Amino acid sequence: MFMFLKELANLGAPSGFEDSVRNFLKEHAVADEIYTDSIGNLICHKKGAGKKVMVAAHMDEVGLLITGITDSGYLKFNALGGIETAVLCSKKVYIGEKKIPGIISAKAVHLQTSDEMSTPLKFKNMYIDIGASNRSEAEKKVSLGDAAVFDGEYTPFGNNLVKSKALDDRVGCAILLELMKETYDSDMYFVFTVQEEIGTRGAKVASYNIKPDIALVIEGTTCSDVYGSMEHNQVTRLGDGAVLTAMDRAAISNREYFNFIVEIAKENNIKLQIKKTIMGGTDAGAIVTSGTGVKTAVLAAPCRYIHSPVSVMNLSDYESLKELSKLVCKNIERSGL
Amino acid sequence: MELLKKLALCTSPSGREDGIREIIKEEVKECFDEIYTDALGNLICHKKGNGKKLMLCAHMDEIGFVVTYIDNSGFLRFGNVGGILAYNSINSRVVFENGTVGTISYENKENPSNINLSKMYIDIGATSREDAEKKVKIGDMAVYHSQFYENGNRAISKALDDRAGCAILIEAVKKAEKSANDLFVVFTSQEEVGLRGAKVASNSVEPDMAVSVDVSNVGDTPASLELNLKLGEGPAVKMKDSSYIIHPSARRYMLDCAKNANIKFQLEASSYGGTDTGAIHLSGNGVPAGTISIPTRYIHSANEVIDIADYKASVELVKTVIETSAEEYLQA
Repeated sequence: MFMFLKELANLGAPSGFEDSVRNFLKEHAVADEIYTDSIGNLICHKKGAGKKVMVAAHMDEVGLLITGITDSGYLKFNALGGIETAVLCSKKVYIGEKKIPGIISAKAVHLQTSDEMSTPLKFKNMYIDIGASNRSEAEKKVSLGDAAVFDGEYTPFGNNLVKSKALDDRVGCAILLELMKETYDSDMYFVFTVQEEIGTRGAKVASYNIKPDIALVIEGTTCSDVYGSMEHNQVTRLGDGAVLTAMDRAAISNREYFNFIVEIAKENNIKLQIKKTIMGGTDAGAIVTSGTGVKTAVLAAPCRYIHSPVSVMNLSDYESLKELSKLVCKNIERSGL
Repeated sequence: MELLKKLALCTSPSGREDGIREIIKEEVKECFDEIYTDALGNLICHKKGNGKKLMLCAHMDEIGFVVTYIDNSGFLRFGNVGGILAYNSINSRVVFENGTVGTISYENKENPSNINLSKMYIDIGATSREDAEKKVKIGDMAVYHSQFYENGNRAISKALDDRAGCAILIEAVKKAEKSANDLFVVFTSQEEVGLRGAKVASNSVEPDMAVSVDVSNVGDTPASLELNLKLGEGPAVKMKDSSYIIHPSARRYMLDCAKNANIKFQLEASSYGGTDTGAIHLSGNGVPAGTISIPTRYIHSANEVIDIADYKASVELVKTVIETSAEEYLQA
């Protein structure tokens, strides 16, 4: 049932290196027309007579970009997307197409100055160890400009939960694959975007070309229902269902669209929670202001420890998100939008 | 100042411009050949004419508060819609679209001088979550609850940013004796959250020249920032802010209009702030664009202050812009 999700989450595709995910999606997509645009977005068009609806999920995941190799054979790197240095130390990664295994580390604690110990680690003080003994040995395996992703295999966890890297946004990709199997009255564009994590770049180009009337963005979103977090700061909660965003830093949901989604969830007894903070942004930010403007909403599944090797999701939330997205798409012609 | 009062007191934060849009539509419906609302809620008014496409705009939205959480005791946590300042908000009254009134306070174990919005809440007088939810839902928005006051010289109100601009456009359109361009007057949405409405409106209008009317900060109060604008010295032709530098064609056009309007006017060159002009001038293939600034004190508070003579002179200036063909300036 969650095969797509598992396979997709296990593929490595940081921003700008989305090929493996795109190839997988191309193989499984069901549409009248499937093409890749110049920046790498995969666009799947299911023709219909109604409004032009763009349903988007991003293929890329956060990762690291190799920016240097030292004389001793260690790799220097920077972030592709929003990664806190606090989650990086001692993590396992895979680098490049050859999936060279590496370990992220930094100066050992007993060698750090007191200043270094009391401030967060900086990228410039960290390195990846691939077991090479010098530069030329390292250069045989890795090149400058290669990208790395977390080693974080999709694994069942606790009661109906999973832990994995890249749930943001393979959740959305998996759901779009499922949605494509259905039939719709609208003119549907299922769009798998590139480079969301480094600035919603793919979505900007895709929506410029498609010029949708309405857009729905499917995401994995932050979840902070954890130790030390006051209830009002718990952006979303695991198990409380699909997440609808009223506004974030990048977009305000169209009000009628927002109310329509709330109604659909109510009518069909689908668990829905409203996101409790206004931080962050998604592809919706790029889509909403493209062309002459697009009515946009964002639906998501809550993921604890997002942007880490071990993001955690409740499969029941995934189911709620899938059902709700499907019903929104099927009923959009009667929404009056 | 009845029109300004009516517009300023309407509750319409970014993304929730329905209320103000209806009022403005009613005011201007006789003045245009075509009026429509686009996907982002911009109100686009077209008065067909020969010559170049001139787009005049002012933003309808105002800053506000969005409810993000309702606790068991019925207190509301909130986020900012646009540039809300924590110190301007403590003990301010706010009002929701449905008329529910609340007051803003903060977790008082915090030192108020370090306060930020995440430590603040709205008290609507509810006794429990259930009680609060009868009046307010997560995602609902509020604005400062303010009265409109004027004494003949000055007006004090919330949301003069930018209802003053909207009122000036409406009055100027009604007063203009002719329209010398293919005129689009756009009341934009979502300016306060990042010039979003202006960006898409400009993509659909594709203007040849654009002028936005918005408020700008002054430096005429005790120990204020060193800004050259003063209340009472007339509207300003803005040369620069952090979002744009005026195009030479727009500069000549605006300065000639200001001279021909027989009004007192100021020049402004600021390193701060941004207006719809910033989004418009980069849209499409690029648009020569300028800004008329209404000198304003205490911007983004419940009590913004403008000078009524400046307001009237702004109407004259916009009227002159409408009556002046942009064509020759664009050819030069």
